[in-house]
Amino acid sequence: MSTTSDLAVQVVEATPTQPWHKPRSEQRRDALVYLALAVVAYAIVMISGVAGPDGFALVFFVEVLLLTILRSRNIGKAKSTNAIVSTVIGAGAVVAFVPWMSIFVSLVTKGFHGLYVGYLFGDMRVTTPDDELNMGGVGHAIIGSMLMVLIATAITLPLGILSGVYLTEVRGRLTKVVRFVIQSMSGVPSIVAGLFIYTTVVTLTESFSGFAGALALSVLMLPTVARTSEEVLKLVPEDLRAASYALGARQWRSSLMVVLPTVRSGLTTAAILGVARVVGETAPLLLTALSNNAFKFNPFNGPIASMPMYVFGLLQIGTEYSIARAWSGSLVLMLIVLALFVAARRLGGKDKR
Amino acid sequence: MSQTGSISAPQNVPQKREMHVVYSTGDRIFRRIVTAGALTSLIVLALIGLFLLARGVEIFRDMGPKFITGTNWTAGSGDGIIPAEFSIGPMLAGTIVTSLIALFFAVPLSIAGALYMEFFAPAKIKSTLVSMLDLAAAIPSLFFGLWGVQVFSSMGERWAALTSHYLGWFPLFNNELEIFGRSPFIAGLVLAAMIVPIITSVSREVYSRTPRELVDSCHALGGTRWGAIRAVVLPFGRSGVVGGAMLGLGRALGETVAVYLLLNLVFKYNFNILESEGGNIASLIATKFGEATPYELKALLAAGFVLFLLTLTVNMAATAVVQRTAKAQS
Amino acid sequence: MNIVNQVGTESKTSKENGIIMNEMSASGATAAVAERPLGLETRGLHAWFGSHHVLSDINLQFPERSVTGLIGPSGCGKSTYLRMLNRMHEFIPSAAMAGEVLMDGSDIYAPEVDAAAMRLKVGMVFQKPNPFPAMTIKENVLSGIKLANLEVPNHDEVVEKCLTRAGLWKEVKDRLNASGGSLSGGQQQRLCIARSLAVEPTILLMDEPCSALDPGSTLRIEETIHELAEKITVVIVTHNMQQASRVSDYCAFFLSDGGPGILVEADATRKMFTNPTDTRTADYVQGKFG
Repeated sequence: MSTTSDLAVQVVEATPTQPWHKPRSEQRRDALVYLALAVVAYAIVMISGVAGPDGFALVFFVEVLLLTILRSRNIGKAKSTNAIVSTVIGAGAVVAFVPWMSIFVSLVTKGFHGLYVGYLFGDMRVTTPDDELNMGGVGHAIIGSMLMVLIATAITLPLGILSGVYLTEVRGRLTKVVRFVIQSMSGVPSIVAGLFIYTTVVTLTESFSGFAGALALSVLMLPTVARTSEEVLKLVPEDLRAASYALGARQWRSSLMVVLPTVRSGLTTAAILGVARVVGETAPLLLTALSNNAFKFNPFNGPIASMPMYVFGLLQIGTEYSIARAWSGSLVLMLIVLALFVAARRLGGKDKR
Repeated sequence: MSQTGSISAPQNVPQKREMHVVYSTGDRIFRRIVTAGALTSLIVLALIGLFLLARGVEIFRDMGPKFITGTNWTAGSGDGIIPAEFSIGPMLAGTIVTSLIALFFAVPLSIAGALYMEFFAPAKIKSTLVSMLDLAAAIPSLFFGLWGVQVFSSMGERWAALTSHYLGWFPLFNNELEIFGRSPFIAGLVLAAMIVPIITSVSREVYSRTPRELVDSCHALGGTRWGAIRAVVLPFGRSGVVGGAMLGLGRALGETVAVYLLLNLVFKYNFNILESEGGNIASLIATKFGEATPYELKALLAAGFVLFLLTLTVNMAATAVVQRTAKAQS
Repeated sequence: MNIVNQVGTESKTSKENGIIMNEMSASGATAAVAERPLGLETRGLHAWFGSHHVLSDINLQFPERSVTGLIGPSGCGKSTYLRMLNRMHEFIPSAAMAGEVLMDGSDIYAPEVDAAAMRLKVGMVFQKPNPFPAMTIKENVLSGIKLANLEVPNHDEVVEKCLTRAGLWKEVKDRLNASGGSLSGGQQQRLCIARSLAVEPTILLMDEPCSALDPGSTLRIEETIHELAEKITVVIVTHNMQQASRVSDYCAFFLSDGGPGILVEADATRKMFTNPTDTRTADYVQGKFG
């Protein structure tokens, strides 16, 4: 609006401040205090029997807690409880976050040096457990995982979307039951899914195969896809459905031509999250797809490798280089999961207007 | 303009008319297809139970209640001299022990994590933390096993040794052999790390639904942040956290590879959680599957059925709790 | 309760006029009745949500080729009433009704009536502009034709005609393939009007169509409504007294004291605003309450 300048008679200078935040100087002082505490904690770890990063963390925590208690002596009971509990909650949160942060870090530090240019494109046909890390690769496992995940997606995406459509569009009598079953199904242990496919598909076809593995993964993937589809479809404004009905649309036309196209990218997100959920599953493949060492493009013909089974197999072998390869394979797998997540997030933001 | 007079309840209210949404043929076909698609999950779930039961029923018949209560898992010699005997008792106990250890550590940490993310974390890092938490919940369990064996276990062994040193007089922490690796304690800790993201994420979501005006009114009454949390947030989120914890429990009960990598499968009831023996049903299946005799395979399927029932019960209870909370809060 | 003396004398022929029809014959019927708007009338109309009685005994006949404004304070049931005129009411699971909505003399709630086909005759514009986000401007205009599977020989002609009638053609003719969401709020609402015109309804229901828009866009839409009323019957719910007086030819005043909403008075807009029969109408149009 250009009119504001006309209305303004005089310009008043003002600097935005946030007086409810601690002033800079105080923040700086606090940082110094914590640094000092860390140094003291380090010294204690060095000279006493307490050892390791866990020991350091414990000593540091005790110091901070003591400091908090000391500082809050004269501020009243409610405030001092608040300060102490806040410290404890902060520490608890750190402990809760450390393990998976540590996993990310370990994957990078331990997996990084096994990566070389040919790693992504090679297989393990002629690589022995004691060969150095410039041989062999994970390519066959990537292909195997891709084949299985593609088949699983082809099966679960339509079924998952239908479930979502049932819960949000059709809203039939079984809505509550279906929602409940989908939730419960997401808790089926992955090994049980593997056993189920083993007793049915593998026994019937008398062969382990990528297809059987894909079916086992589908059992685990379906609840994720169905739930995400439902969440996404719920975001479609009721107004759009009303508008299409007001135009004389039948329900099926409204669903197929208005509702589903509106959440196209959201449904892609559902598929991606489903893939991210199952791409690292080991247990079901242990009973259905097993593994192999060479490139294979036929998912219907005998055992086939996959990323998690590749890692799992190398861990079983247990030689120094095998374990290093297992870490590298894990790093690649984690990067794939990460990429899927970033993709899902990018797409997920698209539908929101 | 005839209709005047006061606005009050009308005198003659006519009978309500029947009013249905009428669907065309196309609609009815569409609705049938969609319903059929939605029912697949129901059917698959039923089929899993049925098939495992059907294949395992021979074992249940042969072993009777000993399948649950016994202590041995022997495939037998095949010629009948040493009879086959299958019982998942120790593994069932192991499943429960490791899961309870996991829950014991994971729940308080998750609550702290969720409270921190929702109420303490600076706005700038909150969204990053939420994304990372989502990602953490998607870390394959294999990585927890790998990390547990290669990174964490040395630290875990030290903690176990300390616990045994100071609390060894208590039977639970007794360890005669002074070997601390590959124990249910360490496996339980790794499972705890594994289920923390899911419990944190469910709890955080429940906490975030706390009506802001309730929290604000606590502040307006001069309460501290912790005061508001204790008075409003924790009671509000309690059943949601319980639901999240049960979801985590369901995961821990059914975990295969992490436990397989972390525990030596030993068929013995082991309640000395610091000793190097144990296992759970899932890891039993993974271990024995490769070289199982046909009869033993049936026993594994029966074990799978028990695990399926156990986790399904826990998950259904969790789902019921979470859905009820969500409904009550909306 | 006649607003005008015009009673639907030709209403005997309603069955041929295509309220009762199947999916296939829908397009043919559209062409047949496009000449003359359908008569629209409610008799003894009641509405409930669950056990909550929200509308009581509404008798109202809408004059053809004119704008009727439904006015009244919020919660008086006027939006519910509007949604009963094209059977959108029934999508709320707990909803119930009594009485009749007559379109050229035949009851649209009769069991043999195909609601979807009936809605083709009755366009609707919502409070918030809601173009279909996954479609372009052109696709949005044509969406009704596609959704109801109508056969129209020349799509481009329909697009131009409807956008022109909605007063949007000049602004968007060079970017018909842009997304509907790329337009401003007022333009989106006019796109929604164009969208409902494409299936050639003879009645257009508007539920506070300008409440989410700025004054400039409101003015444009009001002009559009005036032009539309030369050919079709428009029913508009509005909260805004000035708008009602500017845009409508006739007005119906709804009121509720917490119980079910009733129709207090209906008449020519000029009379309603200058010399209403009921004191409550006078109080309301003068802004004494509501």
